[in-house]
Amino acid sequence: MYAFNVERPATLKDAVALLGKDSEAKLLAGGHSLIPVMKLRLANPSMLIDLSKIAELSGVKVEGDTVTIGATTTHQMVANSKELLAAMPALAAVPASIGDPHVRQAGTIGGSVANNDPNADYPAACLALGATIITSKRKIEADAYFKGMFETALGADEIITAISFPVTKTANYQKFKHPASGFALVGVFVAKGKSGVRVAVTGAGANGVFRVKAFEDALSKDFSAKAIENIKVPADGLNTDIHAPADYRAHLIGVLAKRAVMAAAKG
Amino acid sequence: MPAVSMTVNGKAVTADVDSRTLLVQYLRENLRLTGTHVGCDTSQCGACVVHVDGKARKSCTMFAWQAEGAKVTTIEGLAKGTELHPMQAAFREHHGLQCGYCTPGMIMAAIDMVNRKGNDLDETTIRHELDGNLCRCTGYHNIVKAIAAGARAMA
Ligand SMILES: Cc1cc2nc3c(=O)[nH]c(=O)nc-3n(C[C@H](O)[C@H](O)[C@H](O)COP(=O)(O)OP(=O)(O)OC[C@H]3O[C@@H](n4cnc5c(N)ncnc54)[C@H](O)[C@@H]3O)c2cc1C
Ligand code: FES
Ligand code: FES
Repeated sequence: MYAFNVERPATLKDAVALLGKDSEAKLLAGGHSLIPVMKLRLANPSMLIDLSKIAELSGVKVEGDTVTIGATTTHQMVANSKELLAAMPALAAVPASIGDPHVRQAGTIGGSVANNDPNADYPAACLALGATIITSKRKIEADAYFKGMFETALGADEIITAISFPVTKTANYQKFKHPASGFALVGVFVAKGKSGVRVAVTGAGANGVFRVKAFEDALSKDFSAKAIENIKVPADGLNTDIHAPADYRAHLIGVLAKRAVMAAAKG
Repeated sequence: MPAVSMTVNGKAVTADVDSRTLLVQYLRENLRLTGTHVGCDTSQCGACVVHVDGKARKSCTMFAWQAEGAKVTTIEGLAKGTELHPMQAAFREHHGLQCGYCTPGMIMAAIDMVNRKGNDLDETTIRHELDGNLCRCTGYHNIVKAIAAGARAMA
């Protein structure tokens, strides 16, 4: 690992100032994506700005039609929130599928959404649920936020403070886990909310998480597994790697989408 | 070099460490607590699991300075003198280990599991909760048995 300096600011304002001063600095949340890549020398920040001392960034709030989850809320805290479970069971169920208990006690939602790993789970939840990424500067709609593999709309000196979701009851996430890594080989999140039906896919796209318009149109007319039974997702633009070829991933998208619709419709 | 202070197995410790020092390195190399193991460099194997403020954490995936002010418990902190912790005793009784490399992490993960899920653990729960701990010897069968028995003994 390359050498770096450490800062542990107590306020968001101080963190923003530190980040703005040094273009090579990086934020540290749960460290469960960043530390492994630093060990492999694939990242060499000059400074780590640890967010763990900024209390206001952590916690789950359910207010009216909106769920707001602070950026440094761990996967385990999200999974354990009784309020969230009552308001939005499909979102509350997402972290249970992430990694293992030790990963969940460290990793955070903000870190996951900032990292935008093409096989991560939260990006699919954010995109399907029409989440808003709230940063130290602005609010970004999920549709405009996820830009590609490990790429987002975040500026170099921008910190995610929270992610907000419109309360959506009819929703479900289905994940086909890679048996060794536990990440999504393919994951499909289906949501039927105020802004219509949205279907988001992780794990499969060569450019990271994406929506499936053909499924959304069909499900808007008829929210049933039957409605999408005969729609084929093209393999173009999907990943081929040692784990699975593109056409297999395309097939999985269809299978998981149907399962998600059935589970969502049941509630 | 940041100065770090924490409590490890009930003892206050303090040192100047390089910012790169992982908690597991600090425990093994500075404190010579070599019961905590390193089995991978991808944060996947769980051989390095310790408790930080009562929660199971992969000590290979946090820096020593992140444990500033924390209470850390390692496998060496479980026994009372010559009397094994009930989870350690259960691993011995049920032959929950072969080479022993994964065992410290398994036991720390098992106690964390009991803390979160209670003393009555069925096989499905145990296997699911062991997602983050790999064993290349035993085939897990006796580990699962040991954890169920250890969990009951901890009641
Ligand atoms: C063994 C293992 C298994 C895993 N399995 C899964 C899985 O199945 N599914 C899954 O989705 N993930 C999985 N993960 C990843 C895990 O969820 C990570 O915790 C998560 O991706 C990153 O969150 P973090 O808090 O650890 O972020 P860090 O590692 O601390 O940071 C990640 C990146 O985000 C940036 N960042 C962090 N917080 C912010 C913020 N508030 N604003 C702006 N930028 C920020 C950092 O600078 C860094 O670039 C796994 C990880 C491990 C080690
Ligand atoms: S050494 Fe493998 S997870 Fe820590
Ligand atoms: S007993 Fe050898 S790795 Fe588990």
